[in-house]
Amino acid sequence: MSVDTSLRFDKDYVNGFSSSRQEPAWLQELRLQALELAQNLPMPKPDKTKIDKWNFTDFKHEATGNAVAFNELPEDVKALIGSEEDAKNVLVIHNGTPVYFALEQEVKDQGVIYTDLLTAAKEHEDLVKKYIMKAVAVDENRLTALHATLFLNGAFLYVPKNVELSAPIQAVYYQDNEAALFNHVILAAEDNSSVTYVENYLSTNDNTESAANIVSEVYAGAGAKVVYGAVDNLAKGMTTYVNRRGSAEKDARIEWALGQFNDGNTVSDNTTHLIGDGSFTDTKTVTIGRGDQKQNFVAQIFNHGKHSEGYILTHGVMKDNASSIFNGITKIEHGATKSHGEQTERVLMLSEKARGDANPILLIDEDDVTAGHAASVGRIDPLQMFYLMSRGISKAEAERLIIHGFLAPVVSQMPLESVKNRLVEVIERKVR
Amino acid sequence: MSAPNLKIEDLRVSIEDKEIIKGLDLEINGGEIHAIMGPNGTGKSTLSAALMGHPKYEVTSGKVTFNGEDLLEMEVDERAQAGLFLAMQYPSEVSGITNADFLRSAINAKREEGDEISLMKFIRELDKKMDHLEMDNAFAHRYLNEGFSGGEKKRNEILQMMMLEPKLAILDEIDSGLDIDALKVVAKGVNEMRSPDFGCLIITHYQRLLNYITPDKVHVMMQGRIVKSGGPELAQRLEAEGYDWIKEELGIKDETVGQEA
Ligand SMILES: Nc1ncnc2c1ncn2[C@@H]1O[C@H](COP(=O)(O)OP(=O)(O)OP(=O)(O)O)[C@@H](O)[C@H]1O
Ligand SMILES: [Mg+2]
Repeated sequence: MSVDTSLRFDKDYVNGFSSSRQEPAWLQELRLQALELAQNLPMPKPDKTKIDKWNFTDFKHEATGNAVAFNELPEDVKALIGSEEDAKNVLVIHNGTPVYFALEQEVKDQGVIYTDLLTAAKEHEDLVKKYIMKAVAVDENRLTALHATLFLNGAFLYVPKNVELSAPIQAVYYQDNEAALFNHVILAAEDNSSVTYVENYLSTNDNTESAANIVSEVYAGAGAKVVYGAVDNLAKGMTTYVNRRGSAEKDARIEWALGQFNDGNTVSDNTTHLIGDGSFTDTKTVTIGRGDQKQNFVAQIFNHGKHSEGYILTHGVMKDNASSIFNGITKIEHGATKSHGEQTERVLMLSEKARGDANPILLIDEDDVTAGHAASVGRIDPLQMFYLMSRGISKAEAERLIIHGFLAPVVSQMPLESVKNRLVEVIERKVR
Repeated sequence: MSAPNLKIEDLRVSIEDKEIIKGLDLEINGGEIHAIMGPNGTGKSTLSAALMGHPKYEVTSGKVTFNGEDLLEMEVDERAQAGLFLAMQYPSEVSGITNADFLRSAINAKREEGDEISLMKFIRELDKKMDHLEMDNAFAHRYLNEGFSGGEKKRNEILQMMMLEPKLAILDEIDSGLDIDALKVVAKGVNEMRSPDFGCLIITHYQRLLNYITPDKVHVMMQGRIVKSGGPELAQRLEAEGYDWIKEELGIKDETVGQEA
């Protein structure tokens, strides 16, 4: 598969695409600069995963969704957001087009901005410019540049100073067939605000090839608290490159709760910069690999601020021929005195052919810190299987129980009931 | 429901190419309680594990039928479905699965799809049996055997037996590690099951348990075989005198597996 995008996407194409959507000039300019970089930069190099044959560039680049009423949303999507009464703050994007949106008056009245990214780029130019492609830079590699060149839409969530939202803000991004999933999320929580955001990614392209190139940028101002839940559930034909980045100011908190259940090849990076003193992050991930898929997961925390704390907890199950790399990286920078980093990666392999590789990496440039890690890669204990089966439970059901049990310590600690339930559901479907 | 029957003929079992069970015969019918006693390392647990279908134990020859069907042809879960139960000497711990969820899965495994036990009924049954075994209800919601004390694990094995209502139960050292009160409770559980439709094989080192559960037959195992059988009085004599008199009677020098008479 060619990674040469210059044939399909040139300056004329990008100009035309941007103009047809009436994008502001600054955004068009950003895309054109990114295009140049996309043509020259190298591909990302995930550790121990060879991606040169992966399809990151063969997709249909069009926003083709149509706005619908709530009851016209697909059942899968409705199941995610609950009833119309429950889904008070939700954005649904289908094939790059916002198709359903609801936001409570009460939330708007507090000055919260929640809208699709394209609308935000037009209506809140200064805010969007302040955050877009900042946590993730355009010039990191060819795919981040390609993302900036071609992203179709996404969500913009801005929470003003001191505003504490109790109800979660939801988003569903779903995709059909060969439609590209180039989605961009910006979540900015100003000082002392508090917000919970939950996103779900869905696609149906089991038999059609396409690519997802997703960027989330999260900013937590001083004393702000952000809970970011995500359940990725993209189909087998989707090759995914996803970057979720956060940056936390003084005493800010970012909690990540990630269910990474794509069926296709995936490179996922979740990085948090603990900039301010006393900042905190906790990143919890569960994943199940199956079929022939290959995945590479990085969970990474940089402690810059003094007294900053970062936690990583990852549990992954590998079935069939699936193989995954799990790299946990704790980087404590010089000057980040009294900071703390801790990580655990556990992998359970269900078949002889499954591969899992857990690498906890501690990089510490400061003496006055505490850090710890644990990692394990193991197979299902045949004695446990015997025990469960000796009670009449079938082999498949026994495996199912053991997998749930293995993932339970992470799932049960997820910060949101809705994410927890959704995870149990997806796990259930994947282990059947 | 017809009375169960387990028939073992000339059974030989190896582990890692070492023969442990060396031609064992035993028949247990519904309504009967058999006890197997015998010194350490004589093959008692091996026998019970092989009957349940433990993957590490290889049956090299012999025949075992359960209610007329070839037990050795069945998968582990099929043996359980057919009504066989093994309370293990060392039950596994399984993290992340609550005791209650596990038990419900096990009960439903025996039922047709669509005919699963209702949650209400399940909870009622579980509460009743746990009361009977004087188990704190908190054990229902703890992860399966995780961090259970030795005695708690044993009680949990009996709880599973009572909930699953097998036709034939093998209890491998269900009494070891139990205090005297727990022993009585466990015995109460087993006696509760006693009926013409239930057979039981109790493996024990101590006569004490048999004071509470009177066996119909007592067997002594040495060198991977049953070397002597009798009634409850045999257990009493073993308690009083140990195994030396049997060894003398049979000319056995070393009773453990691997030594020939
Ligand atoms: N997994 C195994 N690997 C190697 N040897 C084994 C294994 N399991 C059992 N054996 C051996 O088989 C013999 C019989 O063991 P078994 O556990 O059946 O004895 P037992 O009669 O139950 O003893 P106890 O009264 O101590 O429980 C012992 O010598 C034991 O070491
Ligand atoms: Mg034993």
